[in-house]
Amino acid sequence: MNHGFFERNSLVLLIGILIVVAIGGAVEIAPLFWVNSTIEKVDGMRPYTPLELAGRDIYIREGCYVCHSQMIRSLRDEVERYGHYSLAAESMYDHPFQWGSERTGPDLARVGGKYSDQWQLAHLNDPRAVVPESVMPPYAFMAKKPLDYHDIDAIMRANRMAGVPYTDADIANAVADLKAQADPNADGVDAFKKRYPKADARDFDDNPNEITEADALIAYLQMLGTLVDFKTYHADAGGNRR
Amino acid sequence: MTAAANTSPAPWRADLFILPLIVALGALAALIEAARSPDPAMVIQAWTFLACMIAIGAFYLKTYGGGIPLEEREGYANNVVKAGVIASMFWGIAGMLVGLIIALQLSFPNLFYFPDWAWTNFGRMRPLHTSAVIFAFGGNVLIATSFYVVQRTSRARLFGGSLPWFVFWGYNTFIVLAGTGYLLGVTEGREYAEPEWYADLWLTVVWVGYLLTFLGTIIKRKEPHIYVANWFYLAFIATIAMLHIVNNLSIPVSPLETKSVSLFSGVQDALTQWWYGHNAVGFFLTAGFLGIMYYFIPKRAERPVYSYRLSIVHFWTLIFIYIWAGPHHLLYTALPDWAQTLGMTFSVILWMPSWGGMINGLMTLSGAWDKLRTDPVIRMLVVSVAFYGMSTFEGPVMSVRTVNALSHYTNWTIGHVHSGALGWVGYVSFGALYCLVPWLWKKKALFSNALVEWHFWISTLGIVLYITSMWVAGIMQGLMWRAYNDFGFLEYSFVETVVAMHPYYIIRALGGLMYLTGVLIMAYNLWRTVKDAPAEAAVPANLVAAEAV
Amino acid sequence: MEGLDYETVLAFCQSWSVVYFSLMFAVAIAYALWPSNQKGFREAAALPLQDDGDI
Repeated sequence: MNHGFFERNSLVLLIGILIVVAIGGAVEIAPLFWVNSTIEKVDGMRPYTPLELAGRDIYIREGCYVCHSQMIRSLRDEVERYGHYSLAAESMYDHPFQWGSERTGPDLARVGGKYSDQWQLAHLNDPRAVVPESVMPPYAFMAKKPLDYHDIDAIMRANRMAGVPYTDADIANAVADLKAQADPNADGVDAFKKRYPKADARDFDDNPNEITEADALIAYLQMLGTLVDFKTYHADAGGNRR
Repeated sequence: MTAAANTSPAPWRADLFILPLIVALGALAALIEAARSPDPAMVIQAWTFLACMIAIGAFYLKTYGGGIPLEEREGYANNVVKAGVIASMFWGIAGMLVGLIIALQLSFPNLFYFPDWAWTNFGRMRPLHTSAVIFAFGGNVLIATSFYVVQRTSRARLFGGSLPWFVFWGYNTFIVLAGTGYLLGVTEGREYAEPEWYADLWLTVVWVGYLLTFLGTIIKRKEPHIYVANWFYLAFIATIAMLHIVNNLSIPVSPLETKSVSLFSGVQDALTQWWYGHNAVGFFLTAGFLGIMYYFIPKRAERPVYSYRLSIVHFWTLIFIYIWAGPHHLLYTALPDWAQTLGMTFSVILWMPSWGGMINGLMTLSGAWDKLRTDPVIRMLVVSVAFYGMSTFEGPVMSVRTVNALSHYTNWTIGHVHSGALGWVGYVSFGALYCLVPWLWKKKALFSNALVEWHFWISTLGIVLYITSMWVAGIMQGLMWRAYNDFGFLEYSFVETVVAMHPYYIIRALGGLMYLTGVLIMAYNLWRTVKDAPAEAAVPANLVAAEAV
Repeated sequence: MEGLDYETVLAFCQSWSVVYFSLMFAVAIAYALWPSNQKGFREAAALPLQDDGDI
């Protein structure tokens, strides 16, 4: 071996470092991109509706993920507390993922449908009004702030480039679908329900006059973890074990 | 003295052409965004960025307008290191203050939340805290110390003329852009990688400059060898570049919008993110600060590192094991089992090189243990290595599946992170800064060793309160979540576990307050050192003699 | 990507990573202990201790 090899040659040192770290990363991460084998085969997953997607962006904007996880681990107490353990398939359209790392507050992976819209709204306005011991910040401004959806079609287009299967029709009707989901009396509800099967359309924030940030966030929270049909999911089926 | 005497006519220099051009292009892009963007957050970000570009431009004009300053033609580049020291202290205090505020928010939610001010909420302030202490404080410490160390151990001035200044100002621009962005709600929603696409692009430009400065200095060195501290710094700079680029691959919604959509989703995104997140710890908070350890402890103790051979094994094993350990953040999740097992295995193996490094740092003092009593600065450095040993033992333990089942999602993780952050990263940085200020400002010694003692003891007590309260809270939380009653039902509702955290949150806030108090004492001490401490003997002695004649 | 399915990649990564890992470790140890490197290491270890007043 050449004496003082690395001590003498800085570029060799740099290349050595890069090779060592790049191989480690590539070998570990690359296999996961054989997506078909990494994600379970399930029924029911669909892309987010425009309103849910806007709500999800508010969830990200406010940093909800720093206190709430969306990943139920395959441990008995977690399954009993929160529901079926989370599947990889359930976050397949999540750009970015929101699994979280802390539970200062409870896991939200399956919070959808557990509380009423009214409870969610009251809780967002003032968490301690409904849960006196809570340490969550109040988000009273959300019910007052009209939702800004000027770029919702562009957001959907970016998601499509990243692999979410939105159709041209989904994107062309983004604003109409967003309005239809927040207002059950709107004209487009039928078309909306055809594009997003089983999605709920209603006035989430109890304020028919305008579409607020609370509408979007509650629409998102109320669908979390409700898509996969667990009656048709078999954990032991060959393709689902990993 | 006139300005002319301090400068010389500027020869044509590439850096004085290219770097102001980059700044001008940055300013132009900011103007376009400010004028055209339909996104109010982007408009504010653009004006902020423009202000930073104007400040950098003004700096260039002031420094180079009259020619090349004398400081840049001879000796080591010290001014940029001084600037890094000042920026470190500023961001350290700011970041820890935000940490204290969010600790108080969890302790007293009725007092520290404001329902109509979205920007004051925990979810926006916590990324501000983590980024300010890790990237603003830690990053400036790393830039300052690496610039200092690479020059001394290479016997060469920093490469690139004004490039080191560009790196310093450019990096701090990134910090301002990211920090104000969080408060506006601009975030990619990935922990420790929250800044949006345009801030990421800017950081990439700056980081290339950092790599060029560092590597260029090593290449033009006058010593035959590359000292091992520089290996660690180089690994930190190169690997962070790789991690930053891969983890921030995202599709901007539009060139005029702040928002972007991450390229990966779900399980792939999770693994990429924690590959990044764990290695930000491994290469930013560990490798970089080990560079500090390998220079400042031998220097301060006036004896070479205990075993240079061990430092080489430490280096290579650390970097090739660390890069695998990320999946231990995702145990029992939807990540495939084999990846979880790989992450856990490498995390446990990681314990060995970490302790090799700890032994190497501690044993450097062998034969000079009395310095621990007489020199509080070296005590701080040595205690930092002890904390390094402690948290690198705790980490592997926590990445064992069965332990992780209990500890994950709890405050134990917060405690673990802070024993590394406050004990290791904080103390090794403070030790280095206490060394650097007298060296750079040519002072005989610090203004007051007694104040260093106060800093040391108040902060140490603060750390103990912080990490013990979080251990107890975390383990209690984990046990309560999984507790069953006699009928086979879950014993506690979630909110009961929140109530149980309350006293520990208060103790934690108190610990944080004490740690911050220590840093404020330090800032005062360093300021007085610069202002009032007697100058170093060697150079000024001639001046005094000359004046006497 | 015919023939290069998930299982194949997985098996390849898992088996070769062990070889790679052992090899890296062996090279690092050999490099650190190589007799002709020792003089250089001693010189390098002294680098921080020299007078750093000026270039």
